[in-house]
Amino acid sequence: MRDVAVIGIGCTVFGEHWGSSFRDLFIQAGALALEDAGLSGEQIDAMYVGNMSAGRFIEQEHIGALIADYSGMATRHIPATRVEAACASGGLSFRQAVIAVASGMEDVVVAAGVEKMTDVGTGVSVDTLAGAADREWEGFVGATFPGLYAMIATDYMHRYPLTREQLAQVAVKNHFNGARNPIAQFQQEITVETVIRSSLVADPLRLFDCSPITDGAAAVIVAPLERAREFTDRFVKVRASAQASDTISLHDRADISRLDATVAAGRRALDSAGLSHRDIDLVEVHDCFTIAEICAIEDLGFCRKGDAGRLTEEGITALDGDLPVNTSGGLKACGHPVGATGIKQICEVVQQLRGEAGKRQVPGAEIGMTHNVGGTGATVAVHILEAI
Amino acid sequence: MSVARFWRKIPQRYNLIGTRCGTCGTYFFPPRSFCPSCRREGKIEEYRFPGKGKVVTHTVIRSASEQFERQTPYVLAIIQLDEGPRFTAQVVAEPGEIQVGTPVRPVFRRISADGESGVIHYGTKFVPVR
Repeated sequence: MRDVAVIGIGCTVFGEHWGSSFRDLFIQAGALALEDAGLSGEQIDAMYVGNMSAGRFIEQEHIGALIADYSGMATRHIPATRVEAACASGGLSFRQAVIAVASGMEDVVVAAGVEKMTDVGTGVSVDTLAGAADREWEGFVGATFPGLYAMIATDYMHRYPLTREQLAQVAVKNHFNGARNPIAQFQQEITVETVIRSSLVADPLRLFDCSPITDGAAAVIVAPLERAREFTDRFVKVRASAQASDTISLHDRADISRLDATVAAGRRALDSAGLSHRDIDLVEVHDCFTIAEICAIEDLGFCRKGDAGRLTEEGITALDGDLPVNTSGGLKACGHPVGATGIKQICEVVQQLRGEAGKRQVPGAEIGMTHNVGGTGATVAVHILEAI
Repeated sequence: MSVARFWRKIPQRYNLIGTRCGTCGTYFFPPRSFCPSCRREGKIEEYRFPGKGKVVTHTVIRSASEQFERQTPYVLAIIQLDEGPRFTAQVVAEPGEIQVGTPVRPVFRRISADGESGVIHYGTKFVPVR
């Protein structure tokens, strides 16, 4: 297996893009990534695109062909493949690109993610997102996505000492970081009061515990590490790529409050990189809801089960803490165009490792981790990146 | 949900007909036709659950998809049946009325409808046992 490097990144602003279509967003992110790597389109050997549900959001399938066509690759006939794992589609798209390069099958590969969510109303998007869980036995009885994470929160708060204020602090921290990220959907700081006074969505989760509905696209370019210098001197090494599965339904999990796919993918990533938790300088976790960030920190093994609320309250996970979590603002403040999120996480860590994260730069960051979850934890992708 | 897709699971949804693996003795609801532990060695047979169970975790849905919008707020829970399997169901109760561990029993209820003139989806909800 060959070592792999990320040689370019590009990300649209995340938000409600009434004037931009699915393909507009993708092209914008792809062009930014090519420009960042100093590449021309003729040098691309293959493309992967993470997308959860263009079929329902814009009634379009065959996304691989669409993006190849509109990025000018159709006449070059390179392979273009859609990757789907609900909200982990982006993370899996990146992993497929890494595998393609590591194996020697391809050299210069685009890994992208895109979701256009605002062309349908809220009711349809809520129902579409519910498809990340089991439609027959969760969606059928009226389970929404926030509802499933709310049941994780109820179980967690019944068993561990997590306060309402600690949970709110996750959103406060992520909005603080988002306010320092020019691509973030929400660039306003909030207080614990903002969260606690917002309307209930699914008890105990309130509006400000939830990530928003977002349009956006992100793209990165990967290449063999040994060739990276041909293209750029601002490349980052991929130290580990891990993926794990679990039951599609929340009710079938061994422990409602523990995402075993996170546990498995996190452990595999650290083991294959030969690293320990202390080596990780920052981590982008999948905070689709505030409770999800609490579980992620623990299930990745950064602290014991039950301690992440206290860590958050004490500022350990803040931008200037010992373990900055979600410097991008996370899904909560940066926004969550589901298929694009996993790639945006890679973009954020690469920016940090290149020392280009501006007001949210973690000083001296050398190794970063990303954690991308599909559904309530049925698919998880974990990646570790290292500055060169 | 299309008529055929709903119709083919009517026994399971109306009467809690699940399955059991004769090899390892594990009960499944929602039903599985393949035992994840015994795999091809498994012997799957039908089993009708009496439906006695308890609340494992719960929430109150206040913002729902279009099909469930008119029912909000409604209580949703993960129920554990006495035989072991867990699944997701609505509980006919006021918000705050149930807790983790509340014993429940099944009731036959309307779950949702496919628009004004479409098929009505019936199924099993639960009520707290006092």
